[in-house]
Amino acid sequence: MGRGFISRGFRGRRRRAEGDDRVPPGQYLVEGFPVLSAGPTPHTPLAEWSFAIEGEVDEPRTWSWEEFRALPSEEFTRDIHCVTKWSKLGTTWEGVSLDLLLEGVDTAAEYVVAYSDGGYTTNLPLEEATGGKAWIAHTYEGEPLSPEHGGPARLLVPHLYLWKSAKWVRGLRLVNQDEPGFWESLGYHNHGDPWREQRYWGD
Amino acid sequence: MIRVAEAPRKLAWRIGEVVESSPDTPRTKSLFLEVPGWEGHRAGQHVDVRLTAEDGYQAQRSYSIASAPEAGRVELLVERLDDGEVSPYLTDELRAGDGLELRGPIGGWFAWETREGGPLLLVAGGSGIAPLMAMIRHRKAAGNDTPTRLLFSSRSYEEIIFREKLEQLAAGDETLQIIHTLTRSRPEGWTGYARRIDEQILNEVAFSPEERPLAFVCGPTPLVETVATALVGLGHEPTRVKTERFGPTGG
Amino acid sequence: MDEQRLDGNAAAGVLAEIFTFEVTTARAACAHCGATGEVGAQMAYVTEIGTVVRCAACDNPLIRVVRQDEGPERYWLDLKGVEYLQLRERM
Repeated sequence: MGRGFISRGFRGRRRRAEGDDRVPPGQYLVEGFPVLSAGPTPHTPLAEWSFAIEGEVDEPRTWSWEEFRALPSEEFTRDIHCVTKWSKLGTTWEGVSLDLLLEGVDTAAEYVVAYSDGGYTTNLPLEEATGGKAWIAHTYEGEPLSPEHGGPARLLVPHLYLWKSAKWVRGLRLVNQDEPGFWESLGYHNHGDPWREQRYWGD
Repeated sequence: MIRVAEAPRKLAWRIGEVVESSPDTPRTKSLFLEVPGWEGHRAGQHVDVRLTAEDGYQAQRSYSIASAPEAGRVELLVERLDDGEVSPYLTDELRAGDGLELRGPIGGWFAWETREGGPLLLVAGGSGIAPLMAMIRHRKAAGNDTPTRLLFSSRSYEEIIFREKLEQLAAGDETLQIIHTLTRSRPEGWTGYARRIDEQILNEVAFSPEERPLAFVCGPTPLVETVATALVGLGHEPTRVKTERFGPTGG
Repeated sequence: MDEQRLDGNAAAGVLAEIFTFEVTTARAACAHCGATGEVGAQMAYVTEIGTVVRCAACDNPLIRVVRQDEGPERYWLDLKGVEYLQLRERM
């Protein structure tokens, strides 16, 4: 769509951060934390919640909420980038590293599909989810992650566009062949690197 | 006479001209637009409005058309949300002579024409009155006497949107009844409802299910869901209860 | 109460970019649970990343739309969740 008409005197809340090398190309900084949903917000009671690692593994694993919260978690600060062009710098989280959850898991699988309550899925190469690049996050800015932002726990893979950070995550399925997820099968880039502006197919 | 576009066409953005911007309540304004090539609308439909900043950033919101299809100009009702991105621009900055990019009319499902009959039960919360106002105005312009009841929830008397215009529409028309409820504050001597709409109020005010009214409910999501659930609970057919939730992006 | 959950009518704008007929008054049959109803009566999640219309009875996606508006203007449309669409007669 062309940029023909300019609304006299309109200044959006987001500001383009020209020359700020923490902001990937085409992104704007935003003040709040926008909520974008593809479906109803799940409200799984913690007593029924579990997280699983399964698929092409020798032994599937599951953790209940208590077991999951008993695992060592890390506090970390990262910039996050949404494909809809907003970025938030310096967000703080607390969560369990995927490296820890995958420790000792015997697999030859090269890809992982993250799946969530409500049916959402997203996919990534296993090596993009390991090596200190991904967490299952349960705390945001010092507070329990709210349901609208993916609580009680969401996947967080901050080096990729935020649609890869599946909200309401319930497990990872390790697979031999890549399986495009909810948005990846409908136009969004299979990889999603904000620094290469990989937003859509063919980018 | 209403001229409604019959031929299929794709929705396109166009620039409307703001002819007038007039305040109504402390937080609301009516924008009157001349839209070149406007082909008319059905009461209840909305437009999408798009704002573009100098740096290319765009924000888009939907606004219900408050004017009757029979009216010449397109009227949009805007409620200023303090933390809104679009509404403060529309209420504070936009003035007569400015252009406003929009597309529409959109949304044939939440719409009413006199020939669909009634009785007509309209339930509004705050700025949810906008599409229902179009319906009431259309009914009047068409000289129609479908029994109509508007149940309208507002925070206070001063914040009743279109209050005087509604009074004028109801004056001398026994077939149009307007029932207000004020949820936060009441003027002295107020004898009307003084709480959020609930099943009891609906039971007292709504047409009976046997009369098979067409119901249109519009406003903030909590109100819409409460009302829709209550109406179905009272025995109204779900397919005759149409809802328009405003959701979080009201402004 | 989910504030992102809107009525199917809220998807009318995006759908009108693709279809020339009025989709919100079309009757849709859910391929997942079989429920039928007007598209306007289903639930819609309309955000900048995409639009998802879900069956009001079972929440399964009926219609999904993604629009790319920079570079090549493209749309992706998934209608797998719809068994059929019955269009209303012209009024």
